[in-house]
Amino acid sequence: MTDLKSARKSYVARHIESLPKSGIRKFFDLVNTMHDVISLGVGEPDFVTPWNIRESGIFSLEKGHTSYTSNLGLPSLREEICRYVEKNYHVSYDWKKECIVTIGVSEALDIAMRALLDPGDEVLYTEPCFVSYPAEVRMAGGVPVALETHVEDEFSLTAAAVEAAITPKSKVLLFNFPCNPTGAVLDEAEMEKIANLAIKHDLIVITDEIYSELRYEGEHKSIASLPGMKERTIFLHGFSKAFAMTGWRVGYACGPEHIIDAMMKIHQYAIMCASTTAQEAALEALRRSEKEVEKMRESYRQRRNYMVKSFNDAGLKCLLPKGAFYAFPDVRVTGMSSNDFACRLLEEEKVAVIPGEAFGPCGEGFVRCCYATSMEEIKVATERIANFIKRHAGEK
Amino acid sequence: MKKELISILQENCRISDKELARRLGVTEDEVRRAIADLEKERIIRGYTVVVNDTMLEEKKVKALIEVKVTPTRDGGFDAVAKRIARFPEVIELSLVSGGFDLLLTVEGDSLQDVAGFVSEKLSTIGGVLSTSTSFMLKRYKRAGMIMDEDEEYDRLKVCP
Repeated sequence: MTDLKSARKSYVARHIESLPKSGIRKFFDLVNTMHDVISLGVGEPDFVTPWNIRESGIFSLEKGHTSYTSNLGLPSLREEICRYVEKNYHVSYDWKKECIVTIGVSEALDIAMRALLDPGDEVLYTEPCFVSYPAEVRMAGGVPVALETHVEDEFSLTAAAVEAAITPKSKVLLFNFPCNPTGAVLDEAEMEKIANLAIKHDLIVITDEIYSELRYEGEHKSIASLPGMKERTIFLHGFSKAFAMTGWRVGYACGPEHIIDAMMKIHQYAIMCASTTAQEAALEALRRSEKEVEKMRESYRQRRNYMVKSFNDAGLKCLLPKGAFYAFPDVRVTGMSSNDFACRLLEEEKVAVIPGEAFGPCGEGFVRCCYATSMEEIKVATERIANFIKRHAGEK
Repeated sequence: MKKELISILQENCRISDKELARRLGVTEDEVRRAIADLEKERIIRGYTVVVNDTMLEEKKVKALIEVKVTPTRDGGFDAVAKRIARFPEVIELSLVSGGFDLLLTVEGDSLQDVAGFVSEKLSTIGGVLSTSTSFMLKRYKRAGMIMDEDEEYDRLKVCP
């Protein structure tokens, strides 16, 4: 008996066993052992969900709306989503067939991958990126192929990088602009070239536009709105960032009917539907929160300005990110790896930042600092970082 | 820039010029000049503090007073409103639509103090037809701030 047991090393499936844990997770465990840490390590708004939205959630419960919704999501919400997407992103979707409400963009990405990938299909995705991307591709049996973005291009994706990575097995191109962790936006001229490449090589584009309302310079444009792109693009969006609704877990995908239909199959078996309370609150978010969103955006813009100026004054080179709520300063001036930088900063100054390497190898040399943190904390944190730099600059 | 400047100062007027400059992406000199202009134009009329007065030891009594007045032929409501506004007891005064004309907030050391002001000063002003006084019992929100805010909810220190 004992022999039999020891013969099986683990019950966990091999492809999951070999999947690395997110680098953020390791850091999370470390930070949690310490007290009085100022954290710039979060990836969510510091605002509470606007009251009108919370109140709608409460009202939904009061009315006793506690049963399932349709698998695709509340019809009224899907209708409103398609109206919102058409107004702000200039792509029109049929809410009955081309839109599905999911548990955040995370689920939308997961079911999109599972719906699209056959074993061995290659997914080109930008790095540094949200920690889930390569893992999601692997879990769906695909092969992740990183497209590096660089500080020299302000971390925008270039068509040249896409073209160089295309093989006969390439099936999907995945990106997220404005970008977590770099705050970069996609250059419009490059976007057009990338769209042409997608058409030429018959790629499906998955565009995660979760930060698109948080754009501080220039206007956001979706690749889905370019000619010939709607039919090959899956547009992912949700409520977490712009409406400060991370904990509600509501997102959505819009795309070609046959793909949404395939995603719906997975969603229907794995999830059933997104939370009814959260969906009703999300409906209120789309209908009556423009002012609140504007107020939050203005507040992030000011905090971004403050943080980036403070970093540059302290000798930490940092681009002014055009979107999202992350600054991504270059820490190579200290001669430390991004991981060492983050660990020593935490130890010596009690400020938590996320090593850029957690978002892909080409994030090395940078750290992610979230400015969706109170102004008071940003003031203290940037001062402490300045002291740290003063002590360690040129320690190469 | 002025619009954003005013909105920050309305939230907190003790923020340093340096911080204002950093947040707005301009120089400290530009901030100082813009504030000086706003003060000169009397767009900024002053700087104050929002106090949760139930927590003060010395408690003041406040009342909201609805006042009906007869407008004068050449001064309209302004003439009588200005007379009322000069009393230091009156801390807020607006002309409003509806069943009465002026809405005042009056502050005094005691109930008698406020009552005395109403009967001896306010009601005797020419043009004042009637007054209706409501004493303030508890203030829940002022200047956009909830007085007894719930404790903050801890979010995760690190997340993707």
